[in-house]
Amino acid sequence: MKENISIEVSNLSKHYGKFKAVDEITFDVKKGEIFGFLGANGAGKSTAMKMLCGLLGPTSGEGTVAGFDIYKQSEQIKKNIGYMSQKFSLYNDLTVLENMIFYGGIYGLSRKYIKEKTTTLLKELGFDDKLGTMVSSLPLGWKQKISFTLAHIHNPAIVFLDEPTGGVDPVTRRDFWEMIYKAAEGGTTVFVTTHYMDEAEYCDRISMMVDGQIHGLGSPAELKKQFESTNMDEVFIKLARPNEKV
Amino acid sequence: MIRVENISHSYGEVQALRDISFEVKKGQIFGLIGPDGAGKTTLIRILTTLILADQGTAFIDGMEVQKEYKKIRSQIGYMPGRFSLYEDLSILENLNLFAAIFGTTLDENYHLIEDIYKQIEPFKHRRAGQLSGGMKQKLALSCAMIHAPNVIFLDEPTTGVDPVSRKEFWQMLKTLKERGITILVSTPYMDEAAMCSEVALIHDGQFLDIDTPEKIISKYKPLLYRAKSSKNNALLKEIRNSGWTKSAYLNGEFVHFTVEDLNDVNKIRVFIQKQEIEIMEFKEVNPSIEDCFMDLMHSPTE
Repeated sequence: MKENISIEVSNLSKHYGKFKAVDEITFDVKKGEIFGFLGANGAGKSTAMKMLCGLLGPTSGEGTVAGFDIYKQSEQIKKNIGYMSQKFSLYNDLTVLENMIFYGGIYGLSRKYIKEKTTTLLKELGFDDKLGTMVSSLPLGWKQKISFTLAHIHNPAIVFLDEPTGGVDPVTRRDFWEMIYKAAEGGTTVFVTTHYMDEAEYCDRISMMVDGQIHGLGSPAELKKQFESTNMDEVFIKLARPNEKV
Repeated sequence: MIRVENISHSYGEVQALRDISFEVKKGQIFGLIGPDGAGKTTLIRILTTLILADQGTAFIDGMEVQKEYKKIRSQIGYMPGRFSLYEDLSILENLNLFAAIFGTTLDENYHLIEDIYKQIEPFKHRRAGQLSGGMKQKLALSCAMIHAPNVIFLDEPTTGVDPVSRKEFWQMLKTLKERGITILVSTPYMDEAAMCSEVALIHDGQFLDIDTPEKIISKYKPLLYRAKSSKNNALLKEIRNSGWTKSAYLNGEFVHFTVEDLNDVNKIRVFIQKQEIEIMEFKEVNPSIEDCFMDLMHSPTE
């Protein structure tokens, strides 16, 4: 693995019969980079993400994630990444700490380590008095912040965040992004999807998927320049509906 | 068309709605805007007669939600937050089913849903479970409209939908509005407020404000500035460190911050320049609905 590369993918494809869900995508993500993985519904983002997480075998192409081959080393990939989605995050009928022990345990961490790490991380959030609180009684914003903490309790090289801020209030949404920045500053690579175009601006680089292919790749500033747009919303519309006038 | 009087509702110890009152006039698009857990779905479920409020009452076109629920149900359209059509029926079968339940036919009311339905009609024999997000949304709206309701309730129709499909969906709502249909729609996306005739900003079961989007913006009190640098995260930290700002937060390609006194703006600028952060932009801006929402979230409610 090249030292500063976290994810490297070339001509990666996934076909379902004749349908090319992912069609020869090529990109890389640097270590500590915040990489926004954008695209319209049905463009192939989820399929691509599943392949990167070691959950789905590709049809063709090559790729490494955290230095591991996506065909042969999917188990090592799973151990070295963190994952969080909006749809499923925490067990509601466990306390915050019980959730941490459960997830940390899956990654083979000791209870002692999990307790110490959890306390430290939640203290930073000003939330350490809620360790024994049932997750069901927490507001959504807190659940999302705790899910994110949980997704990197085992110090993964990369965290995959699938629409982590959907439906979250505007203040918490921004708190969440400050947590992402902090993780990235600590050297964790962040791979994130979102439907909020203001959040696209917070990414170091972005890829835009259209019909299984990557049609745009670069920093927000580069993409705006390339597609002659004043904001990311316009870039998105120009790429996702190329035949329409904005 | 819709009148809500002092509605409160709790789930055990969680108070979902606290003394909510408002009115929606005929032919308006009324936006219920707020994050998950704010009480949007509870309010819509009360108005569509699916649950009873603990306290207070509401009227839909003059009919009371508890006493006249049967009449209300036959006259309103409802699109729930979760896709709840039959996934193993085709587009056409779903539409025929909904039409039959309400004692009408697709032919009879075709003109009402034509604009929306014709976009998915080429796929009418495809099963609903196999449709893309945008197509499901169009089918759900068609099913909610098939019995010619005067009022429709849409619970987060654009959640999880990409920005392009969201714009297209709002275009459809605008067309329905022009036909005189009253629409109550909830959304967590603040930028959708601009498309509404009137909006209620809802948080923690209470309305932070209720007004036209323009008036909500004009009521915003703080001086709002935006700044930009190549490292906005560092810029944000320094703006906060300056100590002269009331609040500072990321906002797309900019950092937004508020001050109470115009003099503080220059103090902040001087402070940032000392930190050797290159400032690419620094100017006063008009707030968006999201800026207003964040300001109201922090203000104590009266």
